[in-house]
Amino acid sequence: MKSGLKRSNAPIFWALFGGGGMLSALVGPMLVFITGIAIPFGLLLPEGAMSYPKMLAFAQNWLGKAFVFAVIALFLWHAAHRIFHTLHDVGIHAGVAARLICYGSAFVATLVSAYVLLGLGF
Amino acid sequence: MSKRRPYVRPMDGWWKKNPYFVEYMVHEGTALFVAAYAFTLLVGLVRLGQGEAAWNGWLEALKSPLSLAFHAVLLVAILYHTYTWFKIMPRTLPPIIVGGKKLAPATITGGGLMAALVASLVLLGLVWRIAQ
Amino acid sequence: MSESQKTIEIEVLRYNPETDQAPHLQVFQVPFADDMSVLQGAQYIKDHLDGSLSFRWSCRMAICGSCGMMVNGEPHLSCQTFLRDYYPARVRIEALSHFPIERDLVINMEGFIDKLESIQPYIIPKEKRSLAQGEYLQTPEQLNAYEQFSSCINCMLCYAACPQFGLNADFVGPAAMALLHRYNMDSRDGAAEERMELVAAEEGVFNCTAVGYCSEVCPKQVDPANAVNINKTNAAKDYFLRFLSPKGGSK
Ligand code: SF4
Ligand code: FES
Repeated sequence: MKSGLKRSNAPIFWALFGGGGMLSALVGPMLVFITGIAIPFGLLLPEGAMSYPKMLAFAQNWLGKAFVFAVIALFLWHAAHRIFHTLHDVGIHAGVAARLICYGSAFVATLVSAYVLLGLGF
Repeated sequence: MSKRRPYVRPMDGWWKKNPYFVEYMVHEGTALFVAAYAFTLLVGLVRLGQGEAAWNGWLEALKSPLSLAFHAVLLVAILYHTYTWFKIMPRTLPPIIVGGKKLAPATITGGGLMAALVASLVLLGLVWRIAQ
Repeated sequence: MSESQKTIEIEVLRYNPETDQAPHLQVFQVPFADDMSVLQGAQYIKDHLDGSLSFRWSCRMAICGSCGMMVNGEPHLSCQTFLRDYYPARVRIEALSHFPIERDLVINMEGFIDKLESIQPYIIPKEKRSLAQGEYLQTPEQLNAYEQFSSCINCMLCYAACPQFGLNADFVGPAAMALLHRYNMDSRDGAAEERMELVAAEEGVFNCTAVGYCSEVCPKQVDPANAVNINKTNAAKDYFLRFLSPKGGSK
């Protein structure tokens, strides 16, 4: 066995990548359709479905909170990990800058969404 | 003295040299669209936190033709993500043994796509109920 | 060569370490027959046109794993790939991608051999059995668990198909991981924890981005991508659960 092997910390990012990849594969397209096409243009769903009182109530419900948080955070961790690897693929190697841009923005977005969701109350 | 001088070929542009790699880059690229959508939702969430007027402004912005085009592109890209995510799944999952036989790759991919369809319909149903 | 003899152009990536700064392409006119493999094309060149052309081969029947080449940019066993599938177009053959070229179509495989060794490719029994205890028995199901991963012929086509190996030559890579998995899955073996140190290391499975092309080009349906990705799950379990159990394989 080779000596001097260092354990990789990739499992953390890989798990988030996988979780976000699975969630976005399962519900991503439908979410885009609902929030970006159906509701704004009154297709299939009434425009009022995303009215302020309805959305506020949704984001105040703990299940709704969890869903919004999971979608925003996991989608971004998924994307960050993939984009980071793609940068490596095209020859921009794991520098501090690449790491900071990819995982850093996912991290900040996670904090912001947690902050807003908690601020909305229960 | 050794006459050996092993030549290491450069990797520049490797992803353009094989259709298989081109497709790989395209499906990796869907991550940009997943990120763009998550940021759109994040902006919406921040606007929701700022109160009714801010939220209505965000809703109004969603009704622009530009936003429609943007979301149409997102829809196509993320649908492609869904398809490729489940297409590679037979290679990433441990073998699933049913009745003493390994589940066929097509069954795993098909099962994943079915799960996505069911999850999407459940989501649509829930939103429809909330809307009432 | 008779008047009516069909010919095919074979373009070869040549490299002579004694005289060439870098590899270059050279085109040969080779008489074409329907039943000729790409390997036979190369052999014709060596026997009749340029005796200095270097390449490896042995069995001519897709079992020894020594004749791998890039054929029109795709990794193939040249003895199992036929010129008729390209004729009348020109065929380009090159040394397997991602490996250093030793000379012409011959690659340097020292790194690969080191990797094979590093995975401890032999059964390390959980506990030694004495002769009196008799042989190790295995049910068909237990054989099934690893058999596919034991059919590897070390042809290295999967490495030539793996861009992550091309980008980072330290990555253990598909075939070595398939072989590692073959021993881990063997009911007679008890060294999965020991091997985990390499699986979970920076040289290990997390270099893989699930491109999947390695499994596509494998001539023996080993599905090395599956072995690599199953071991990502195993390594992640080991990563998160090592705090719970005191005896994780890796430090
Ligand atoms: S896994 Fe397949 S492609 Fe890779 S070395 Fe073994 S037989 Fe060849
Ligand atoms: S010569 Fe043995 S595999 Fe091709």
